[in-house]
Amino acid sequence: MGFDTAYEAISEETDTGHRWAFGTGFTDPLAGVDTAVPAGIDGADLAAYCLMLGDDALIMSHRLQEWLARAPELEEDTALANIGLDLLGQARLLLARAGAADGSRRTEDDYAFGRGEGEFRNARLAEVTDADFAGLMARVLVFSTWRLALLTRLRSSADPVLAAVAAQGVKELTYHRDYAAQWVIRLGDGTDYSRARMEAGLADTAPLVPELFEPSAAEQRLAAVGVAVDPSGLRAEFDAVIAHVLGEAGLDWPESPELANVSGQAGRDGVHTEAMGDLLAELQSVARALPGATW
Amino acid sequence: MLVRARQVADSVPDPELPMLTLADLGILRDVTVDGGRVVVSLTPTYSGCPAIAEIRADLAGKLAAAGFADVDVRTVLSPPWSSDFISAEGCRKLAEAGIAPPQSHHRGKGGPVPLTLFASGPPVACPACGSRDTERTAVFSATACKDLHRCRACAEPFEHVKEI
Repeated sequence: MGFDTAYEAISEETDTGHRWAFGTGFTDPLAGVDTAVPAGIDGADLAAYCLMLGDDALIMSHRLQEWLARAPELEEDTALANIGLDLLGQARLLLARAGAADGSRRTEDDYAFGRGEGEFRNARLAEVTDADFAGLMARVLVFSTWRLALLTRLRSSADPVLAAVAAQGVKELTYHRDYAAQWVIRLGDGTDYSRARMEAGLADTAPLVPELFEPSAAEQRLAAVGVAVDPSGLRAEFDAVIAHVLGEAGLDWPESPELANVSGQAGRDGVHTEAMGDLLAELQSVARALPGATW
Repeated sequence: MLVRARQVADSVPDPELPMLTLADLGILRDVTVDGGRVVVSLTPTYSGCPAIAEIRADLAGKLAAAGFADVDVRTVLSPPWSSDFISAEGCRKLAEAGIAPPQSHHRGKGGPVPLTLFASGPPVACPACGSRDTERTAVFSATACKDLHRCRACAEPFEHVKEI
């Protein structure tokens, strides 16, 4: 009955033949979950909000995956893979929630592989490349500190699906934030060289931070009915956590100008940095070369 | 029929922790029979758990082999899985396989999550010699649900199921 390896399990005689490798055979992550939109909630706004939070996780996960086999030690490779996998799981649930909320029945794959750059709603922090490992740790610290503050509050969302995704995500992000915080402290409180690299990583990240706290119109409408979290209310908790970490690291938050919006628009409006095109070209290459392929 | 279906579903092994059944792991929320259909409710351990597709297929395959052709596996997201859901029997089997089981864990559900920098929590007992003179060597490992430790007493490296 038991199996020594996963490979024995998938080759056993009760296999119905639809699996050829461990981890294939994707099904709707919300299969069996009640995805009816509760009364009084606008389905289009809810879908837009799920895309914002889902795209943040999907795009950040992709950047983390680019680091695999490039981290300084094997333990960091597994850490980055685990963080990326957690975020990909959150993205799958949120994108599936979007397709159910607006009635379009679009799948997670439709959203991930079938949209153009201007339709992605992630904050620009998620999409930029990292100059080095210190830069990545600065970005993971900022991203996870912000997202953890958000999901902590989203656990009481009036949308039960969002509330459930948030409750699970809080457990995961607690690990991500502590992991990145430890590296920021280790590098900041290390040698002159590691400290200089950590300072540069923070300086690269800081211009992307203010955008995280600017609410979109859909977020404000949903926050008013208890569905969404207004990100402008997260700043105090964010600043306190970052100050704690930087204090331990002996670092200061850099005084950097905010990355400019384009005609008042930024990531939440589908206006992205140059890095986003390269990211999507890779993310979507197989789906575009072989439309509709399954495996 | 319900008793038999429940027995079969309960005994399906987890693909990543094959010494545990799905019931031991605490991810099987419910098994019901609706007409001729068996409805199994399942909760993923982590949002991105890659084993869920395997578990769904294993459940359908094992139930089909036991004569239940019509199986519906439904995802239940709330409440989220916690390591507290692993049964006492499951914890015993983990330790027997050299994996330190999770300790009882009650994380607050309310306000902001404090920054711990991994400093909190008592040391994990070594599954080989029982010593608590152990240290964590990595907070992530080959599966989402485990971290890595080392015993200073007997020098054995070992995995531990994280408390979440």
